Amino acid sequence: MAQTKPHVGLFIPCYVDQFYPQVGKATLEILEKLNCNVSYPLNQTCCGQPLANSGYERDTKDACQHFLSSFLQFDFIVSPSGSCVHHVKERYPKILHDPELQSLLDSKIFELTEFLHDILSLEIQGTFSHKVGYHASCHALRGLGLSKSSEVNTAPFDKVKSLFEKVEGLEWSQLQRSDECCGFGGTFSVKEEAISLSMGKDRLTDHHEAGTEILTATDMSCLMHLQAIEDKNQSSLPVMHLAEIINQIIS
Amino acid sequence: MSHSIASTDFLKNEEHAKWHDETLWMIREKRDLASQKVPEWENLRTLASSIKEHVLSNLDHLLLEFEANATKNGIQVHWAKDAQEHNQFVLDILKKQSCAQVVKSKSILTEECHLNPFLEKNGIEVIDTDLGERIVQFLHQPPSHIVLPAIHLKKRDISELFHQKLQTEKGNEDPYYLTQAARNHLREKFLKAKVAITGVNFGIAETGEFVVCTNEGNADMGVHLADVHIACMGIEKLIPRRNDLGVFLRLLARSATGQAITNYTSHFRGPEKGKQIHLILVDNGRTEQLGREKFRNSLKCIRCGACMNTCPIYRRSGGFSYQSTVPGPIGSILSPGLDLKKYSSLPFASTLCGSCTDVCPVKINIHEQLYEWRQEITKANPNYAESLSMKLASGIFKSPLAYRISGFLMRKLIINLPDSLLYNPWNVWGKGRKLPKAPQESFRNWYLNHRKDEQ
Repeated sequence: MAQTKPHVGLFIPCYVDQFYPQVGKATLEILEKLNCNVSYPLNQTCCGQPLANSGYERDTKDACQHFLSSFLQFDFIVSPSGSCVHHVKERYPKILHDPELQSLLDSKIFELTEFLHDILSLEIQGTFSHKVGYHASCHALRGLGLSKSSEVNTAPFDKVKSLFEKVEGLEWSQLQRSDECCGFGGTFSVKEEAISLSMGKDRLTDHHEAGTEILTATDMSCLMHLQAIEDKNQSSLPVMHLAEIINQIIS
Repeated sequence: MSHSIASTDFLKNEEHAKWHDETLWMIREKRDLASQKVPEWENLRTLASSIKEHVLSNLDHLLLEFEANATKNGIQVHWAKDAQEHNQFVLDILKKQSCAQVVKSKSILTEECHLNPFLEKNGIEVIDTDLGERIVQFLHQPPSHIVLPAIHLKKRDISELFHQKLQTEKGNEDPYYLTQAARNHLREKFLKAKVAITGVNFGIAETGEFVVCTNEGNADMGVHLADVHIACMGIEKLIPRRNDLGVFLRLLARSATGQAITNYTSHFRGPEKGKQIHLILVDNGRTEQLGREKFRNSLKCIRCGACMNTCPIYRRSGGFSYQSTVPGPIGSILSPGLDLKKYSSLPFASTLCGSCTDVCPVKINIHEQLYEWRQEITKANPNYAESLSMKLASGIFKSPLAYRISGFLMRKLIINLPDSLLYNPWNVWGKGRKLPKAPQESFRNWYLNHRKDEQ
């Protein structure tokens, strides 16, 4: 990788584009600092996951085609969202009835920390003196397999946390339930509002009890839901996307 | 009633909901510990899944082999196409024995067939002999969990119930005392019963025997005291060889409760002299499910209940919120195959977190099937308003300009509208959550201003 700069297409999920531009900026800056040639295709839209998860996968074929035509020319497609990457990687070949697409996507599309770990073999150097609560987003954890889920009995590994092994001062919160879902689930958050809230509150309680100072995740959607509950209850657990933390450490 | 309405109701009693969640989580933790003691756990799961795959692909031959061997052993085999036929077989056998009172150990299949109300309508008293099932039977409730039928009740509720039904001391909540009272009550029923009904955990094609797993020994007690044993078995409960049994027995109890093995694992091969065993093989929609390529794997289920214990939604909504015989994640992929309209909200009662799939001892891709059922449900029962908004969104996502305009409007609305409008009663998100603070510009705008020139 050192010789030729990989050309990375930056995939910024729709809700990050509109509500969390700072996460997009952080992602872009990290990749630039790490010597990637980064382009943000200006005509990108949404990957179609909200529709597909609501049972309207069949209406997303055009969105899938549009995504591929915007991104397939890059060496890599990188996004600060495990969930959106999972949707593209795991569902597009099926939605488009194109099984050959799978190996292409497998080699091209990555969630940000997965890209830093698998492709750039990054070991973050620096200091971040906080107790950080890591929320393992389900689609990154079980969908993309970024770490071992608590249900499975294989050798433990955690691609996300391993990026931070050399970082000084950073302590991870020890949670009672290491990888329970936050309850966001896209339209689930409004369809099953009561359970969604209950799940979110329980995650937050776990983090508060563990002494979390900053809450982070691979996915802003989980963090949006958790922060929204905090805000409503006028508590104030600071939330940072992993990209923002990494960008701050390596600056 | 949709799942979301039922679950909202369940969560109203916060203290009870919290207790329910924590109790089931504790069982999930026991399962984790027990499974971690088996180094080859993941291999066992793969093996079990493959064996069941083989069974599903060869079900026709294996069932005939099973029937032939069981018949050779002296078991009388009956084929029931649906619940009605199953119930009628049971009634006919009971009538032939002039039996007005029957003991029954736990069988989710007989719940699925609604056997109890059918027999009661025909003048037969059914006594559920599993402690949890007896408790819910006293309350005229169905089980709320397939392994722990009365998990929605606390000790206090049971003490109160037993005081009314079994005249136990008022306010005595000692589990030993209450269990003892139930034992004495059930003992009397066992001694009188001429016919005993059981479920079946595994039918073995090679030997024609079947296996029943219980913790209380109530199946054995019923069967050995009765003259006639009626065993009710779903056709998917088959395994090819006795050698395969160990794979499943090692997985079943560990997944269900964290025990290494159930207290009783009883093999029934043929009737004792002068007694009868009737085995009813029930289809009731299973063949149809087998024909659904995306959903056939659901028939691998060995009914351990681990997916319920791990499911963050089940733990916080209780079994009754699903209003189907089998609740939880596995129920949400089995039930729509029986009645798509009635159970249409179940596949949406999930965040697709995937914990159910990872915990499943036979590796059913439960969360993927939930996703697939969603696709089927929107095709079969179109909700026009939702369908229209999805079509609209689909148009927006394929057109970069429309997408930018809608995103821009959404952000501006959040910035400029007063809270009273944003948090009106129609805004479900805002009831318990704030909306995100909308930034002045989108990432795209920032990028155009800061990076675009460089390229």
